[in-house]
Amino acid sequence: MPENLNTEPAAEQTAADTATDTALATADGRIPPSPVPVASQGGDLGHDGGGSLLRQIFTGNSLVAFLSVVLAIVLGGVLIAVTDEKVGAAATYFFARPSDTLSAIWTAASGAYVALFQGSIFNPNAQTFEGMIYPITETLTVATPLICAGLGVALAFRAGLFNIGAQGQIIIGATFAGWVGFTWHPPVGLHLALVIVGGLLGGAVWGGVVGLLKARTGAHEVIVTIMLNYIAQFLLLFLLTTPAFQRPGNTNPISPLLDQSALYPLVMGEQFRLHWGFLVAVAATVFVWWLLNRSTVGFEFRAVGANPSAARTAGINVSKGYILVMAIAGALAGLAGVAQVAGTEKVLSGGVAATFGFDAITVALLGRSSPWGTFWAGLLFGAFRAGGTAMQADTGTPIDIVLVVQSLIVLFIAAPPLVRAVFGLNPRKKKTKKAAVAAAEGAGAA
Amino acid sequence: MSATTLTPTSPKAAAVDKPVSWKVPVTLSVVAVAALVVFGSMAPGASATFGISTDRDLLQLPALTVSGVAGGWVCALAMLALAGYSVYLARAAAKLPAWVPIVFGALFVVGFLIWVVAGARTTSISLAGLIAGSVTLAVPLVFGSLSGVLCERAGVVNIAIEGQLLGGAFTAAVLSTVTGSVYVGLLGAAVAGALVSLILAIFSIKYVVNQIIVGVVLNVLISGLTGYLFSTVLTRDPEHFNAPGRLPIIEIPFLSAIPIIGPILFRQSVVGYLMYIAVAAVWFGLFKTKWGLRVRAVGEHPQAADTVGIKVNRIRFWNVILGGAIAGVGGSFFTLVAVDSFTKDISGGRGFIALAALIFGRWNPIGAFLAALLFGFADNLQSLLTIIGTPVPSQFMAMLPYAVTIFAVAGLVGRSRPPAADGIPYVKG
Repeated sequence: MPENLNTEPAAEQTAADTATDTALATADGRIPPSPVPVASQGGDLGHDGGGSLLRQIFTGNSLVAFLSVVLAIVLGGVLIAVTDEKVGAAATYFFARPSDTLSAIWTAASGAYVALFQGSIFNPNAQTFEGMIYPITETLTVATPLICAGLGVALAFRAGLFNIGAQGQIIIGATFAGWVGFTWHPPVGLHLALVIVGGLLGGAVWGGVVGLLKARTGAHEVIVTIMLNYIAQFLLLFLLTTPAFQRPGNTNPISPLLDQSALYPLVMGEQFRLHWGFLVAVAATVFVWWLLNRSTVGFEFRAVGANPSAARTAGINVSKGYILVMAIAGALAGLAGVAQVAGTEKVLSGGVAATFGFDAITVALLGRSSPWGTFWAGLLFGAFRAGGTAMQADTGTPIDIVLVVQSLIVLFIAAPPLVRAVFGLNPRKKKTKKAAVAAAEGAGAA
Repeated sequence: MSATTLTPTSPKAAAVDKPVSWKVPVTLSVVAVAALVVFGSMAPGASATFGISTDRDLLQLPALTVSGVAGGWVCALAMLALAGYSVYLARAAAKLPAWVPIVFGALFVVGFLIWVVAGARTTSISLAGLIAGSVTLAVPLVFGSLSGVLCERAGVVNIAIEGQLLGGAFTAAVLSTVTGSVYVGLLGAAVAGALVSLILAIFSIKYVVNQIIVGVVLNVLISGLTGYLFSTVLTRDPEHFNAPGRLPIIEIPFLSAIPIIGPILFRQSVVGYLMYIAVAAVWFGLFKTKWGLRVRAVGEHPQAADTVGIKVNRIRFWNVILGGAIAGVGGSFFTLVAVDSFTKDISGGRGFIALAALIFGRWNPIGAFLAALLFGFADNLQSLLTIIGTPVPSQFMAMLPYAVTIFAVAGLVGRSRPPAADGIPYVKG
């Protein structure tokens, strides 16, 4: 694999470089450390090439990403097989007839993954054409909030902020949007617009607070966002017990249904849940791409993310950047809240955000914090989620396996040397750190 | 990079230039005035009764009855006096003694208790029960925050506390059931926590992956893994995998019958006693031994530590492992003390409250311990208030630890400063 050998030193060099950069950028610890992930600083500022797919495939990062997914799926399969009852039964006489065990392992793992595929992409067993393509529309529906919130996380990453708070931003966005949706009754068209604005505003406020605290007091955004997630959740639960939010005549913490005029129209008719929120998510992806790569503000965000001190020296208002980027990131997560409350759920409840906000972090990491990368990662995890539900129903494999596979993917992608070592692609065995330093020096000399 | 590149807007630089911060006096004043309005002028007419002795105590003390109006005014006025004192000190450019915010906070808690209990449907609560319950609820928080202290003092951010607790809880339940001994389960919990930490250590130290990413992803991984195994293996055959039994409560004769102090210090499970030992040991280790000095050096200035021959990454590695083991023991609380079986996501986000306690306790084991007690108290009070029927929504009590933490990191109640090299990987060269 010549292309892999060529790109490897570059990747290694990036890791060593960014480590040094981080150490320098903190002025020996006097400035709070920039938590920008080494991965997201990985030298790919400026090109997110949705169009240059071929080039991406031939760079080491994409190969590592692909291998990471393969490795995670294999490990997930191992877990499914190990815990399978039939495998356990066959293993008791493994030495008498090992083929039984092996076939049971294959049946268990492949059965689960086939069900996952049929629940997320295409179901050949369905009676009608609609039934066959229903899974893929489910994937797109589930992917919608993942993409929106993932974009929020990714955008903040690029400005050097670790936004763990998508969950809270989705919740507050959904709360604002939902309230507009069932309390006001403006004409058709205007209503949905107001709902979307409400969601954007809610998320922007919840995200903007983080940026404000970071800029004014230096409070670490990781801590603040984690805490705000919980505050948002409890705030929503409280609001759902108040007359303004609770469904009249109901003691459960659930809101009235949103007006029909407040809902996203369905894209493919009544049979499918897919709604216009997905198209909004596509638009949001384009917007974030434009913002990061074609606008002055986006350039400033990236400069702040790459090195806040240098950005400040260059005359960029870092504080303003933090506040603005967190407000926009929050607004994007708020859009995910709108997709949930005005698209999929049609009602505001305590579980309106599910775990989309946390999944969004893994989506953004898998997408390497680029807008289109996040988009595709959102689709992949949307497929896992939609397929996981079907898999649980079909084969009884708990949906938690999806969490395992997702988190393994992100772990592996974050550690390319590990993945290369597993697949035997690492010519220099051991001492990766020294190799990295050597590679960096070599690159510097060259 | 010299300090001159820092503009005065940088908070750290501002703190150096201007020795007196007005944040704390202003915050105290605002809270005191609010207390005056709420606890004083809006005080409920009834009296609050606090039971001190339980029937198991040797000495029966009478219950304490406080008039809502008098108690409210006294607490609020005392808080106002403290706020005034802090303003006076700030004007005189003197440093605020540490006891002022602590006493202020204590007065606030007392005033709040009187106000909320006197205004409830049932105006009597058992103070002994409240405090004992708080300590019990704080046990996993204390272990979790100690894990955070050990990791972060060495410069590795530990967001994975939740995963360590959950891994410990799961392993404790399964191993106890399989071996039939809760103590093997306890040991297994420590190993499980250490294994979770091992992943954190390998990825963040060897592969230099961003520590926050590893932590966040580890939480998801452990949640998924334990959830998956629970839904398959544990639910299929709970008798053989998920019936660990409980750690016995060990009572120390006579001492356990002292009112209030007895139950919290001398009527605990092994995990409860281990908590006190662990806090003392971590504090002593970090601040009174050569090892602790090295750990703190590695967390503050790894280059300097390396220069004098300290193996930075080795210290970090073992600290992360040790922290994981401690958090794992804390996790066993869920399945061996609180209830006697594992359920999905049994730790319920307490790893994040432990993280909050660590920060609120300013990366100090004693501070983290006290903060965890406070959060345990808030947690217990929340369920108690629902029972006695107060006008305060329980959701706001539940929010309290998180809100307090934001105030702490934002510097409104004193600055909470992490170790300088926290979160920065150390690459030699």
